[in-house]
Amino acid sequence: MFRILEARSLAPDVKYFRIEAPSIARARKAGQFVILRVAGDGERIPLTIADGDASGGWIAVIVQGIGKTTKHLNTLEAGEFMHDVAGPLGMPSHIRDFGTAVAIGGGVGTAIAYPTAVALKRAGNYVISIVGGRSRDYVIMEPALRDISDEVYPCTDDGSYGFHGFVTQKLQGLIDEGRVLDLVLAIGPIPMMRAVADVTRPFGIKTIVSLNPIMVDGTGMCGGCRVSVGGATRFACVDGPEFDAHEVDFDLMERRNKAYVGFERNRLEEFLEQVQT
Amino acid sequence: MTIEVPDVWPPKRERRAIARLHMPEQEAAARARNFSEVNLGFTEDMARLEAMRCLECKTPTCMEGCPVGIKIDLFVSLVAEGHFAEAAQIVKLDNSLPAICGRVCPQENQCEGACVLTKKGESVAIGALERFVADYERLSGLAVVDVPAERTGKKIAIVGSGPAGLACATDLAKAGHDVTVFEALHELGGVLVYGIPEFRLPKEIVRAEIDGLRRMGVEFITNAVIGQTTTINALLGRDGFHAVFLGVGAGLPKFTNIDGENLIGVYSANEFLTRVNLMRAYEDGSNTPIFDVRGNKVAVFGGGNTAMDAVRTALRLGAAEASIIYRRAEEQMPARVEEIIHAKDEGVVFKLLTSPLSFSGTDDGWLTSARLQQMELGEPDDSGRRRPVPVEGGEYEIDIDVAVIAIGNGANPLLRRNAPGLVFTKWGTVVADEASGRTTKKGVWAGGDIVTGGATVILAMGAGRRAAADINRYLATGDLSCVEFGC
Repeated sequence: MFRILEARSLAPDVKYFRIEAPSIARARKAGQFVILRVAGDGERIPLTIADGDASGGWIAVIVQGIGKTTKHLNTLEAGEFMHDVAGPLGMPSHIRDFGTAVAIGGGVGTAIAYPTAVALKRAGNYVISIVGGRSRDYVIMEPALRDISDEVYPCTDDGSYGFHGFVTQKLQGLIDEGRVLDLVLAIGPIPMMRAVADVTRPFGIKTIVSLNPIMVDGTGMCGGCRVSVGGATRFACVDGPEFDAHEVDFDLMERRNKAYVGFERNRLEEFLEQVQT
Repeated sequence: MTIEVPDVWPPKRERRAIARLHMPEQEAAARARNFSEVNLGFTEDMARLEAMRCLECKTPTCMEGCPVGIKIDLFVSLVAEGHFAEAAQIVKLDNSLPAICGRVCPQENQCEGACVLTKKGESVAIGALERFVADYERLSGLAVVDVPAERTGKKIAIVGSGPAGLACATDLAKAGHDVTVFEALHELGGVLVYGIPEFRLPKEIVRAEIDGLRRMGVEFITNAVIGQTTTINALLGRDGFHAVFLGVGAGLPKFTNIDGENLIGVYSANEFLTRVNLMRAYEDGSNTPIFDVRGNKVAVFGGGNTAMDAVRTALRLGAAEASIIYRRAEEQMPARVEEIIHAKDEGVVFKLLTSPLSFSGTDDGWLTSARLQQMELGEPDDSGRRRPVPVEGGEYEIDIDVAVIAIGNGANPLLRRNAPGLVFTKWGTVVADEASGRTTKKGVWAGGDIVTGGATVILAMGAGRRAAADINRYLATGDLSCVEFGC
């Protein structure tokens, strides 16, 4: 059992959890994830580690309530427990001084981009952060990103805050201004990551995405998380989760991620009924 | 069924007249739709009568067929005389997990295959007797936990709680060491809980064995992914373990690399079985999904025990048609004979000498069909089995809703990330001495599938026990020279 040290809301249905997990905190590197089970009969879900402190013995994850498991997670408060947390899993982000690095986060993807942005800054990069959300309430972690970025551009779809438009439009704007970008890291919904890859491809800008396919064990045993990268099948849990955006078959991944939508909808409805009664 | 058991063991010449008894089992049509155990086990009378078939050979060959050297002659004669608890004790001298091995060992290739009775008929049902005495002991509460009061003060880390790790842990705990088992998943048992289905090996049996180890003082830590959460060097250094045994098992599932393998509806056997066994996707209200196969067609590609487990699981999930598609002939199937018979009785369709060419699906990526190739047997290949070759014009298409690929596993991919000093083969398995389990790294032993590649529960257990013996020797003497590595 893993104690929740802190739980707070970041945006509607988005919650930040600081969890006591000393051995994971000691071993984790930017870009890695944990497999988590909320309860004794819970499914195993992968969540990227958003932050952590080895000396404090904690890691942080940020959860967007979408299905039953994530909605259930978001009912938990400090002092309660998560049943299982295993990790850190996956390969760490490849970090070096690239020059100018752009970290793009869409929705909760920002939480996943954050630790890598921190590591890129520490490695000497000039870091530009672009954070997107539907509206002002959905732009998360902007203050934390301001602390470690040289420039920060919040973007909202409805124009309620920051740049009015998609993160890709902001990115295109920077390219059009003639800024030299050496690395783009894009983490968010699949359509966003695909769109970023399409923006940078013509300019040959190295672009990395962090993929979140369906996983079961997360340790390289089940093969459920297979993705196609450069025409070859790769396992996101052990080969990833970060891959070259220009090589990823996003269409395949989008289809595979919808494999259980019907099941998930039913479980969610049951859960919401349960919570209400 | 009532059977007559003689009061005394009949003279040898009369024993051949006793026909081999078959374990009662759930009726095929009923069991094909539930997850309860198929085999129901011998009654006391049945066990005694079956044991009386033993000819008490002066030099018993059955024992030579046992990878862990169980004193089969002795335990079978104790069963014949009705001393079941004593028989269990004898089995446990050499096999710490008899309730499991009695259920999953390929006995026809081991002890039973080596029994003299096979020359003129059927062997003694040694596997069923092993299972009987283990269950008798467990259910009667007579299991003895023997842990020496005197502790050695030596700490040993076992990585992986599957058969190799559990067997190794048992022997080391008996020797008075402090044993800690690290498991990557949230549940203990490794392949015994994520791979082998409930209907063949109830989880309750595995849990009972693990509880026994707990009573012996073995500590278990779940969610510990060695290579990621911590490293072998940290275990040996910072954490102060005197020895480490690696029993991390197999890893990445193999795929066929044919077109359409990433369609939705194509599972690896590992994923299919893990969802059902470990995550209990077959239970109402499970939080882990599995494709609804009710009324659908499921095709399992492969001919091993895992393929049989997957195809029989598909039936139990309600598949209208569950088939095995295997590129060689039935005699060449690596699965246990009992599993093949059970699968057939339950209505599994066998498409033999058939190989997949490609999978096709809908525009939104759902599997709908497989293109297959009829094969025939040609010349023997490296494995000595006749190589299947395509029959000209033998291509055809079948409709399927779910495909399960059960063609084996590669090695565990995480271990080698952070294991300086260990040497790996080109297949990713750890190089270790067969006799001692010793690796190229001081203080580290390995055994089971991580060394051999995909094999059996009993071979993994045997490797775990040999490593435990060598670790004991090393901890007692500090001497690593008694077995020369690599010779």
